[in-house]
Amino acid sequence: MSDMLNVTRRKAMGLALGAAAAFGLAGPAAAETNFAGKTIEWIIPFSAGGGSDTWARFNAPLLQKYLPGNPVVVVVNEPGGGSTKGTNLFAARAKPDGLTILGTSGSTQFPYLLGDPRVRYEYKDWKIAMAAPTGGVVYTSPSLGLKSPEDIGMLVGKDLVYASQGATSLDLVPLLGFKDMGFKVQHVFGFKGRGDGRLAFERGETNIDYQTSSAYLKNVQPMVDAGTAVPLFSWGVLDEAGNIVRDPTFPNLPSYVEAYQTLTGKAPSGPSFDAYVAFFTAGFPAQKMVFLPKDTPDDIVATYQAAFEAMKSDPNYEKDAASVLGTYPQVTGKLAQALFEKGTTIAPELRSQVAGMLAADYGVKLGE
Amino acid sequence: MVDTLFSALSALMTFQHLLYMLIGVSVGLVIGVIPGLGGIAGLSLLMPFLYGMDEVTALAMLIGLVAVIPTSDTFSSVLMGIPGSSASQATVLDGFPLARQGQAARALSAAFISSMFGGIFGAIILTGFVVIARPLILSFGSAELFMLALFGLSMVAVLAGRSLAKGLAACCLGLIIGSMGGAPATGEFRLIFGMDYLYDGIPLVVVGLGLFAIPEIADLLRKNSAIAQSNALGSGWFQGFRDWWTNIWLSVRCAGIGCIIGAIPGLGGSVVDWIAYGHAVQTVKTDPQFGKGDIRGVIAPESANNAMQGGALLPTMLFGIPGSGAMAVFLGGMVLLGIEPGPSMVGADLDVTYSVIWSLALANVMGAGICLLLAIPISRLTQIPFQRLAPFMITLICFAAFQATRSLADLVAMIGLGVLGVLLKRFGWPRPALLIGYVLAPQAETYFYQALQFYDWGFVTRPGVIIIGIMTLASVYFGLRNRVDETGNVVIAADDAPDAANPKLRQPQVLFALLVAALLAVALVDSLKHSFLGQIFPLSVSIIGLAMCLVLTPQLWRGATGHHAHYDGELTGEHVGQAGIGTLWGGLAWIGGLVAGTAGFGFYAAMLVFFPLFLQVRAKAGWLATLIMTTSAAFFIAVLAWALSLNFPAGYLQDYVDLPWPFR
Repeated sequence: MSDMLNVTRRKAMGLALGAAAAFGLAGPAAAETNFAGKTIEWIIPFSAGGGSDTWARFNAPLLQKYLPGNPVVVVVNEPGGGSTKGTNLFAARAKPDGLTILGTSGSTQFPYLLGDPRVRYEYKDWKIAMAAPTGGVVYTSPSLGLKSPEDIGMLVGKDLVYASQGATSLDLVPLLGFKDMGFKVQHVFGFKGRGDGRLAFERGETNIDYQTSSAYLKNVQPMVDAGTAVPLFSWGVLDEAGNIVRDPTFPNLPSYVEAYQTLTGKAPSGPSFDAYVAFFTAGFPAQKMVFLPKDTPDDIVATYQAAFEAMKSDPNYEKDAASVLGTYPQVTGKLAQALFEKGTTIAPELRSQVAGMLAADYGVKLGE
Repeated sequence: MVDTLFSALSALMTFQHLLYMLIGVSVGLVIGVIPGLGGIAGLSLLMPFLYGMDEVTALAMLIGLVAVIPTSDTFSSVLMGIPGSSASQATVLDGFPLARQGQAARALSAAFISSMFGGIFGAIILTGFVVIARPLILSFGSAELFMLALFGLSMVAVLAGRSLAKGLAACCLGLIIGSMGGAPATGEFRLIFGMDYLYDGIPLVVVGLGLFAIPEIADLLRKNSAIAQSNALGSGWFQGFRDWWTNIWLSVRCAGIGCIIGAIPGLGGSVVDWIAYGHAVQTVKTDPQFGKGDIRGVIAPESANNAMQGGALLPTMLFGIPGSGAMAVFLGGMVLLGIEPGPSMVGADLDVTYSVIWSLALANVMGAGICLLLAIPISRLTQIPFQRLAPFMITLICFAAFQATRSLADLVAMIGLGVLGVLLKRFGWPRPALLIGYVLAPQAETYFYQALQFYDWGFVTRPGVIIIGIMTLASVYFGLRNRVDETGNVVIAADDAPDAANPKLRQPQVLFALLVAALLAVALVDSLKHSFLGQIFPLSVSIIGLAMCLVLTPQLWRGATGHHAHYDGELTGEHVGQAGIGTLWGGLAWIGGLVAGTAGFGFYAAMLVFFPLFLQVRAKAGWLATLIMTTSAAFFIAVLAWALSLNFPAGYLQDYVDLPWPFR
């Protein structure tokens, strides 16, 4: 048993180094970083059992396998304050030795982008090791008369109801997106998660909803097949130039931008679309990210990137990736850097525009 | 379907699967025994081992753990009066008096048999219903869920005690505590006083420990005696089994209640024991002794809380919606194993579902069996002088409290609520009523708002709403006629309360009522700062609460001797006049000391000082005993924290010095 383990570990090391060399990410410096005998704490600012926790626990053993020296990687949950507490703790305490890493989610990015007073962290200080994109599909009820995504125009002027987790939660993305499309949507707040929202849709309490890709495939596709739900569009993914394009998981569905064009006859643009894109990026393509603390040496960062890259060909990664990650490969290197920058930057005037809209339309007070 | 059912059983019946299930069951039993630690901590403990395990084995292990926590949590509820987890708070009410009468063995065996029965009942219901449950679950919309929250609140009627005004004021205070943090409709933050910690509200485990564990520890510490007042463990084993058999229909009804409450997503499992207890009080006709040690008060919640787990698996597996914190972690485990919950759980993946159900049934049998074997040795704890046990209990409840958000603030909040709990107990304010209000506040507010948004006021005419509404009215009616408090069943409005003749001695009671009124007034003032949707709930609740205080205060001040609202444990409690009784605040001061030490040097270092100090100064233990007990406690806590990959709360020292784990 232990022999087998050794072989796989050695093989894994080889793979890791090989991959590092192949991708030209690490260079020779990576070989010098060795975590043998160390324990790496992966701070997850959410409680056990949520999406971010599951994502980290899926990655942790693989990271352990592919980091040089096979350190023990433990997931440390530091929940509280809508993920600001654990993230603040990381910002204040973590040392740049590669032994403490942070996993963030859209719920960590949004308070930062909105200027929440509880935020005492600065994304720009940190170095990104990996980004895990995600996607989702918006669908609606056939009772509104639609038969296919092309009929989206029929939604104009209809009374739409959406089950939301809150105006400053990840559901800010649909809020901004629907608003830009000119839909009349009543957002009912207080839902505990997207699953909870889907239940309200199935009960007929709401008539427009979205689900992340894996939940859509598992739970909404049967409804579409049975004729009780009509897909509208996917949020789309970002290409390398930063444009929103069709989601390869749903090649037959238009992206948000295409749906916008079908609806209005022109491409989306202007400050309200820019605001949408900023939050969309932080919420979907750059939803989950792994960071190293301020001043971490580049060779440690490169070692992590190589490990995240190498694990993708592991059979265990391939086996469970679909249920945990939902068909989107985790990315490192330039693409991750691009997502990181786009997902954590918002022009001050766009921020005040969104904050002003939230205050006026939904009574949300920010910056108290 | 039947084929799948039995092929799932035969797939499960291998040595490896049963071994892993036994591991899950063992971890679950230990976690359940420790007060305050529940399914979330247990599942987090096992999560790192899931990696690379096959589905059936891993599910057997996870279910083994979830299934038995409501079985073994009975130990501390019955033996110490400290709820072992939120699922057996109601068990304390009658289980602990039984233990003090020396009938611990009877209470425990009845509880374990009930737990096993409830668990198996839950598994059977799950087997039949899983295929047809979807439409049933979907028939509960936000309007029905709001009514269910009201139904839960109707249990306050049973648990209000002698004075309805007191009970309702306590419930309002609970509703206010439950409404702290973000408002569901607008996200406005209420009653946060500028503290980051309060943004999320106070966690359930902290409220539960503060209200129930701390007052009990404080009480036990005053007396310097063992918990059991007589030496025998009691009339024993078969008595407990016979008790359960005599009340089999009560057990069936409560298991049914547990299943239904668990299966409806959104209500949460933390009230199920209270609803079952309330049901028992409302329906039992022959010789009720509730509150003073009625075995039916143990059978009811214990049948329900295990059955609840079976029910709670339905929404978790069919919709991916966890009914409780533990189910959320279980869901995470399923996803890690590559099982995505959804309609396919009753289609292509039906075999997985059935192996979960079988695991549930088997684990309940295993858990109850092990608990029955352990009951006699563990019951002996009640014969040890409590001051020897106290440092362990204090350390454990602090450890459990900071599981909530892993910060010092959890401990501070627990102390604050502990002070409130001690006073509530002293002045006969029903803590269960406060707790029910706390637990149901978010549900009541959120679902009411959502129901209005979705259906407008028309929601009151929905058939489901009307049915649950009638049930609620019936529950209030029967509840008000069968009220209990800590002195047993009460005669309604009879002015025979234990009381002191001198009205001056009632001043502390009056002051406490004014304190509650002041807390409610703070909530009222705070609510005025918010928008209509953000303020309406706390505003209405605090006005009702203040009105109750307005009724109550004159009764306390000027009511005749023996008025039903009067109560002060310091005047008429059973310890009054006995020799060697310490002060009311002694125990709390020790706990406060540990928390203060934590603020200074971090929890682990503080604990290493607290333990020997307590044993030497307070328990007057010998040096050797002190050494052994301190070392074993330090070892145990370190292992537990390591297994949970947990950093202890840090103090001022850690701001300046970088120390190695566990002192970090």
